[in-house]
Amino acid sequence: MAEDSSLSGGAPMHRGPYISMITNRTMNLLIRAAMLFMVGVFLALVLNLLQVQRNVTLFPPDVISSIFSSAWWLPPCCGTAAALIGLLYPCMDRRLGEPHKLKREWSNVMRCVAVFVGINHASAKVDFVNNVQLSLTLAALSVGLWWTFDRSRSGFGLGVIIAILATLATQLLVYNGVFQYTSPDFLYIRSWLPCIFFAGVITVGNIGRQLALYEYKVSQEKTHQD
Amino acid sequence: MTVRERLRQNISAAFYRHGLLCASYPVPIILFTSASILTCCYPLLKLPLPGTGPVEFTTGVRDYSTPSHESQGDLSERPDWYRGPPVAYIQQVLVKAAVSPWDNSLVPVDVFRSPLGRVFSVLEEIRNHVYTDRSLEALCLQVTDLLPGLRRMQAVLPEHGCLLVSPGNYWQNRRDLFDADPDLLKTVHQHEPKGLHTSATLKDLLFGVPGKQTGVNLYSKKRVVTYTITIALSSYDARFVASLRARLKQLHPSANCTLREDHMVHVHFKEEIGIAELIPLVTTYIILFAYIYFSTRKIDMVKSKWGLALAAVVTVLSSLLMSVGLCTLFGLTPTLNGGEIFPYLVVVIGLENVLVLTKSVVSTPVDLEVKLRIAQGLSNESWSIMKNMATELCIILIGYFTFVPAIQEFCLFAVVGLVSDFFLQMFFFTTVLSIDIRRMELADLNRRLPAEAGMPPPKPGPLRPRETPPPPRPSPHTITLQAPAFRNLRLPKRLRVVYFLARTRLAQRIIMVGTVIWIGILVYTDPAGLRTFLAAQVSEQSPLGEAGLPPHLGVAPVFPGGDPTSTLSGLPAPEPTPLPENQSQGHRAAHPEVAPVSSPQITWGPEDEELWRRLSFRHWPSLFSYYNITLAKRYISILPVIPVTLHLSPQEAIDTRHPQDTHHAPPPSIKTSDLQTDLTLYKVAALGLFAGVVLVLLLFCLYRVLCPRNYGQNGVPHGRRRRGDLPCDEYGYSPPISEISPLLLRGHSMDIECLASDGMLLASCCLVGHIRVWDAQTGDCLTVIPNNGLRRSSSSGCWEHRDGGGAVGGQDVDIFPIRRRTTPARPALFGDQPDLTPLIDTNFGLSPPSQALSSSGFDFGGLVEKAYQEHEPSPTLAFPPSPPPVLPPELPPQNNGDWDSSVWAMELRGNLIATGRSSGKLELWDAVEGSLRCSNEDGVSGITALAFLNNRIVAARLNGSLDFFTVEITKPLGLLQYRGPPGRGSLPPSPCYSSEDVISCQLTRSVQCAHQKPITVLKAAAGRVVTGSQDHTVRVYRLEDSCCLFTLQGHSGGITAIYIDQTMVLASGGQDGTICVWDVLTGSRVSHVYGHRGDVTSLVCTTSCIISSGLDDLICIWDRSTGIKLYSIQQEVGCGASLGVISESLLVTGGQGCVSFWDLNYGDLLQTVYLGQSSEGQSVRQLLVLDNAAIVCDFGSELSLVYVPSVLEKLD
Repeated sequence: MAEDSSLSGGAPMHRGPYISMITNRTMNLLIRAAMLFMVGVFLALVLNLLQVQRNVTLFPPDVISSIFSSAWWLPPCCGTAAALIGLLYPCMDRRLGEPHKLKREWSNVMRCVAVFVGINHASAKVDFVNNVQLSLTLAALSVGLWWTFDRSRSGFGLGVIIAILATLATQLLVYNGVFQYTSPDFLYIRSWLPCIFFAGVITVGNIGRQLALYEYKVSQEKTHQD
Repeated sequence: MTVRERLRQNISAAFYRHGLLCASYPVPIILFTSASILTCCYPLLKLPLPGTGPVEFTTGVRDYSTPSHESQGDLSERPDWYRGPPVAYIQQVLVKAAVSPWDNSLVPVDVFRSPLGRVFSVLEEIRNHVYTDRSLEALCLQVTDLLPGLRRMQAVLPEHGCLLVSPGNYWQNRRDLFDADPDLLKTVHQHEPKGLHTSATLKDLLFGVPGKQTGVNLYSKKRVVTYTITIALSSYDARFVASLRARLKQLHPSANCTLREDHMVHVHFKEEIGIAELIPLVTTYIILFAYIYFSTRKIDMVKSKWGLALAAVVTVLSSLLMSVGLCTLFGLTPTLNGGEIFPYLVVVIGLENVLVLTKSVVSTPVDLEVKLRIAQGLSNESWSIMKNMATELCIILIGYFTFVPAIQEFCLFAVVGLVSDFFLQMFFFTTVLSIDIRRMELADLNRRLPAEAGMPPPKPGPLRPRETPPPPRPSPHTITLQAPAFRNLRLPKRLRVVYFLARTRLAQRIIMVGTVIWIGILVYTDPAGLRTFLAAQVSEQSPLGEAGLPPHLGVAPVFPGGDPTSTLSGLPAPEPTPLPENQSQGHRAAHPEVAPVSSPQITWGPEDEELWRRLSFRHWPSLFSYYNITLAKRYISILPVIPVTLHLSPQEAIDTRHPQDTHHAPPPSIKTSDLQTDLTLYKVAALGLFAGVVLVLLLFCLYRVLCPRNYGQNGVPHGRRRRGDLPCDEYGYSPPISEISPLLLRGHSMDIECLASDGMLLASCCLVGHIRVWDAQTGDCLTVIPNNGLRRSSSSGCWEHRDGGGAVGGQDVDIFPIRRRTTPARPALFGDQPDLTPLIDTNFGLSPPSQALSSSGFDFGGLVEKAYQEHEPSPTLAFPPSPPPVLPPELPPQNNGDWDSSVWAMELRGNLIATGRSSGKLELWDAVEGSLRCSNEDGVSGITALAFLNNRIVAARLNGSLDFFTVEITKPLGLLQYRGPPGRGSLPPSPCYSSEDVISCQLTRSVQCAHQKPITVLKAAAGRVVTGSQDHTVRVYRLEDSCCLFTLQGHSGGITAIYIDQTMVLASGGQDGTICVWDVLTGSRVSHVYGHRGDVTSLVCTTSCIISSGLDDLICIWDRSTGIKLYSIQQEVGCGASLGVISESLLVTGGQGCVSFWDLNYGDLLQTVYLGQSSEGQSVRQLLVLDNAAIVCDFGSELSLVYVPSVLEKLD
């Protein structure tokens, strides 16, 4: 995040009269990061619940507490990752200058989030014959998600890179025994995990871009009013 | 023509016809659609309601055997859950006990004390029952600890033993505790939850019958106590159960008992939805609603936004229902959890098509008939709709071939849903849209009529022939709609909050949501209770219901001690004579003060067979859940009840009394408990109603206080723009009525080439060289400077000007559209030829008398000026249509004008028009009088661009040289003193200089070879002159000393557009499609972006962004500081270059016969203003934004003046 702010702050050195705007921008960056963090935490909680919930008893009085106790480090990690990715996407767009082909709207973003949750839902609930099929289906779905809601090469590249990194990190975590999967089929993890990561990166990137657009508008509005 | 194109055409035509059909017969089509929706949804009635309600299956007791785990294919009627042993067999012993005969010496507590006391003996009996060395202990379901959270129930519910519950549990199954209990009711009720009922209370669990039927209260009318002893058996031993039944029946015979005992009911419980299950579900639903919200928010420019949004949602929902219905019809029973996949289905089907349709329809020209608008809108979007649908179907088909059952099922549903959604969109939504558009048109008409009454004679309406009389529109092309961007007014924060509340109707929504949630909680926490309550109400009140209640229709009283027939006389009547009870309850309720004495009767009816049905369906799951046994996806078997009848003598009742019981003797309240509950219900209802009324009143008052009085009345007459009144009550709440009516300026016969303005005046020059000067405020033509070069025959400059007296219009008749219409129309077959009629002088009778006058000319300035001032307030159209063409007799000669060459560049400052001609001549004209003031013929190369700043004129020539001229006025009080600050042309133009001044134009410096190639662009601002040339460079000169400061290199093509403003921002665009931003002070390049395919045709900067347009008809908006492209707007072909910025946040672009306003910050289209009937096919080629927020557009030979009133107010 720090690196990010320096990027956006230091890029154009020429705008003398817009110093106020720069300070505004860091503020905006913070707000954006906080929002993304919350989104990440929320999604992590909900989706983790989806994965955990298959053997829920009737009246488990300690469901809520177990969510927060079992892996307390998971939601913050996801939140931080979401904040980073969500800030990285618009920043990268700015750097590469790749124009957005798709119209940016919140309804589209919502659709994207819904599809992402749906992918998770499918991975947790649908009974597949074998894991390969499940993974292939999810991979197709993830790429479809990218094609429907992003369609930018940079988005795809970043998504793949982060998915690979996250998968590696998970492998290491599981290898060190931090947690484990019930039926690992890809070294130590489930083989659909990279697809989920990829879809998640695309989704969070979408949210981040939308937020950046919004913040930009707000800042513009502000300068205009001033 | 390729197949694709033909297909596209066919589809478009089909959609067009379909749109016509839908808009022509809306009602039959909606009826047809509703009928088909209902038909398709009909199979849904057979489906069980989604939810967690238990499912039952009944088998006979006799040949019962525990079902095996393996599925047995032959027994088709068996549900698939009926496998394996149940969780438990439930054996209930239903005890009905009464003290009989009743006599008056007994106190109310006696009704239940001794009957409850007998539970211990029955319990003892059951516990000790042994059949061939099998005891209950061996068969019953052994339970362990209660769940840790239920410590308070530990004293009541059994632990570490048989699961056997009865009312005796209240007293730990110990008779001595019971006898010592001074207040049984308190003991029973102390465990009841306060406040809202939950579904299964402890009392229900222990008594095993619904709370109202126990009879354990002081005001029982029937005086029969009913309770059950519930035994949970882990294994079924038919003989043991039979022997227990026989034993109990033998001990406590129930005469008149005809309960069937041959059926056992298996109850299967679905998966419980716990909190953990619910969270993801709720999340998906929240996302779904957010999606729907954000989608429907985009519906705009319709009469009823909410109505259309509702229609859109109805379309999607009913298409889903149809798909489920159709799938069930064809034998596909859904196994998926409907609630879970539903959001995803909605997202897959989506609301996009509906929105696209709406947008397409509302963007068709408003003056068309509704039918045609719908048809056009449909056919415009037909291709994309079909393409999207085909793509989605393909994707789903791919999904179908994954051969995963769940996905296949989902895909099947989605396919049917998509198809039915398409059907509904085409028939239902299109029709609703047509109705809405028609309503809007009607409302528009109503709103317009009063406004029209106050207006001067209307402009000629559109001449388009129509089948049906269209609503007359006084101003031909006006869309009035809410324009959120005009909310630039600053309001106090307090008001803003209030308006926000009012606008979003936040309070109402919160209250509504709260009410719905409250009702939902009420219904869902106690569905069983509500149901039983309703059932009881029905059975008590309707005469038919009485048949179901045997106690009232006395079935031959068997027991001694009947009703003492307290008839209407209301006597106490303590006579013991048994008489059949034939009085209804109501009679007794009518005389509550008389304590009725009747001996209770114990009867058994069919409703007692399955008394557990009256319990909440959560009864069994909650009982088992206390012991951490889940019934989810499992089943229990309920054995037929064992009836036990207990009759107790009054003596026995008196014996078992507790000393304190007599204190309760006088009933504290004469109300029956039924009445009490009823009353509380009514009270709650009345209170709720009252609260609702108060809320409505309160909101109404708030509304009256906060909202402007004329909210909702759109008919505020807007005869004329009033500049004074601020629309502060229109802050986003009531739609700001910004009537934007374009003013057509006609008069040029050829295409207009140059446009110049300084805010007050507007000069235009057409291809043949006519220059017309217009008043930018009113649109009146002030002066016409004709090009006399083509009318040598008249040998004199004949120009017209507006003369005084109001009677003389000169020859400028063409200004007024009405006259243009009345002039004999040209033959249609020459329609594409230029209209050269004004160039031919047919007025041969008018001999040129001008030779007699001196060349300096007679000064008409004062006369004209005065007359003009007098004449100005009267509206344009007040002229008589055909004034006699009286020309001023004196016509100053124009013998020094250069008529052979055409005007290439024109500038207007004050009332001086500077024109640059192709012959290289620079002329200065008086804008008001139309006289040539001065000319300069120093250069020979054509002037390609002009800049007129202060008293300097800079002319760029074709050969690449740059000439600096100085305008000198001999009179000391010259141009500069009278002019206001540049750029604010708010001063009247007339006193700039008087016509006596001699104006001379001196070439001060000529920079030869300023560029290697012709100069294409020339801009001047802030004391700098910037030129752009085809030699790929931009040069910056200082205006004062014409010194070249910088040569900016960076483009790889000729320069086509330059922008510079007062703040020294310089941007340039070239033929290579790049845009460079330069620092004028240092000459360094600030940023460099690749913007367009093809030339950059125009460039405008605001403080925050750069707007560029290119030959690719794309308008791009860039962040000025970072150079990031924010978004782009695709323009219509040929309109790319026309754009202007009105304020910091308002962008105006030209289109085919219209101009569009955009919110610059968000890229939203705010409004489209159509310019005129005749201009429909023509595109706006130039667009000029004046300082008083008027926009001048050039399309073909006409100009159009559009005012943006709100911006006007803002500037003021």
